[in-house]
Amino acid sequence: MIEARSVSFTYPRGDRMILRDVSLLVRRGAVVGLLGPNGCGKTTLLRLLSGMLTPQTGQVLLDGAPLAALTRRGIARRVAVVPQETHATFEFSVIDIVLMGRYPHLGPFELEGPADLEIARQALDATGTAHLEMRPFGSLSGGEKQRVVIAGALAQAADLMLLDEPTASLDLAYQLEAAALLRRLNRTHGTTMVVCTHDLNMAASLCDEIVLLREGAVLAHGATADTITVDNIQAAYGVAADVHFHAAAGHLAVVPIARTS
Amino acid sequence: MPGRPDVRRRLAVSLAAFGTLALLAILLAPLVGSTPITLARVFDRSIPFADNVDAQIFFVARLPRVLAAALVGAALAMAGVVFQALLRNPLASPDTLGVSAGAALGAVLAITFNADFTLLGVTAVPLASFAGSIGALIIVYGLSAARRRGTSTLVLLLAGVTLTALLSAISAFVRYLADFTETLRTVRWLMGSLDIGAFTPIAVAAVPMGIAIAGFAMLPRILDLISMGAESAAARGVDVTRAERIALVSASLATGSAVALAGPIGFVGIVVPHLVRLLVGADHRVVLPASALFGASFLIACDLVARIVFAPTELPVGVVTALIGGPFFLWLLFRHA
Repeated sequence: MIEARSVSFTYPRGDRMILRDVSLLVRRGAVVGLLGPNGCGKTTLLRLLSGMLTPQTGQVLLDGAPLAALTRRGIARRVAVVPQETHATFEFSVIDIVLMGRYPHLGPFELEGPADLEIARQALDATGTAHLEMRPFGSLSGGEKQRVVIAGALAQAADLMLLDEPTASLDLAYQLEAAALLRRLNRTHGTTMVVCTHDLNMAASLCDEIVLLREGAVLAHGATADTITVDNIQAAYGVAADVHFHAAAGHLAVVPIARTS
Repeated sequence: MPGRPDVRRRLAVSLAAFGTLALLAILLAPLVGSTPITLARVFDRSIPFADNVDAQIFFVARLPRVLAAALVGAALAMAGVVFQALLRNPLASPDTLGVSAGAALGAVLAITFNADFTLLGVTAVPLASFAGSIGALIIVYGLSAARRRGTSTLVLLLAGVTLTALLSAISAFVRYLADFTETLRTVRWLMGSLDIGAFTPIAVAAVPMGIAIAGFAMLPRILDLISMGAESAAARGVDVTRAERIALVSASLATGSAVALAGPIGFVGIVVPHLVRLLVGADHRVVLPASALFGASFLIACDLVARIVFAPTELPVGVVTALIGGPFFLWLLFRHA
């Protein structure tokens, strides 16, 4: 689906290389978690994958085609981005926000038609936000906002969704709900997902694969059960942790115990 | 109406309503004045124009002023809409990025040094003020082009505020050096006036405004997306850098030509867009044209008030826009709260 081929990146006028020769292949239909300590470069990697930033060396390929050769519009038809938080300056209704996802599919002066409205309503249904359709976006709770933004990404009809800390500003119940929603969308819509997160337990519950970054390089990449390990957590975060399979939750559970470095 | 998803319907209803209002304002405002005239007589085709005093008063004496108000009101309102969305700041106005201050400095210099030249039938003061606004635009544009990474809008906003303070200080310095008559003239100019008695300056100002409107026409949907954040807009396929430049240049051209024509008239660029948003919702495809039409009507109405309350003396129209617009806006704001 999307592939980074030995990409390196330094911010202009930055003194530090954020990513150093990183390669990563995300298969179609996979849910990949991007983990690592603060400043490890995971958000930068996500922005390289969305084409927001261009690597100084190496390249990003979307279904084999270099991202640099595609237009912003062309990328947006296939790749959607869900940020940690979305703030609306003006009072848009929920359906307005979701309809904005149709932008890359419309001509410069084209208005959305009934087909676009239908797609937007399906996206609201799929994210359980149909009842909020006419509500002002600004009046929603954090969890509702995040579901509406995900609906907008669905309306964009992209088959790759890049999510930057999608649950970080949500409370416990909404975190579970958002993770369940993403899993469901991956199953029903076949959406490929790359999820940047600090939440090891959420990653364990949601992701098929984990990419662990440290200091701008890939420390480990593999199936979730093989990657979220005591040794890897120690190496990436400098934290001693207990990792075991939690039968009731149905996935690995990580309990950090002490900082060791 | 704001919640309806069908943008075609919202657009049609808003354009019909605000268009009617603007048309009524343009037709009815010239009827008011020291000599009463009637529309029936103005448009009475049986009387030749040379003998039709009503038509002469309507078209020659009063219409230029009303058209100037319409043009300036529409330009300032659209520029306000665009700056607010572009900077993601509801407090932004056409003055925010220093364009008005540049225009004011140009005018103050021309008045103080008694510049006396004309170009295409336009006199020195409006020419100098337009040049001042273009100068300010070049500085702001250069700053934004040089600083193209991360959250550039906040930097742009700070640069605009600083530039405004700097240019205003230079204006104040020039005025301090000027003598009494010149100072009075600059003070009058800075209050804004639509006392325009000919079509030529309006036609000349309409050229840069036309270019600005062509730029604005490309923007409405992009402004919706940009108002949600530059990066999120880019992720949805917007070429943000290009859009920001079109918006910046168009809004500055519109502001610069409006200020050159009528002096700095405050409040239109901030009150009209918010008022329109309260009525039609946030969608810029509706907000932008509706603001243009409502801005035109609003300024025609304010100028009418300025002409008649203390007739035959005129109030500066900028005083009226604030005196009428301020309380009305506060009322709308707190009625909804």
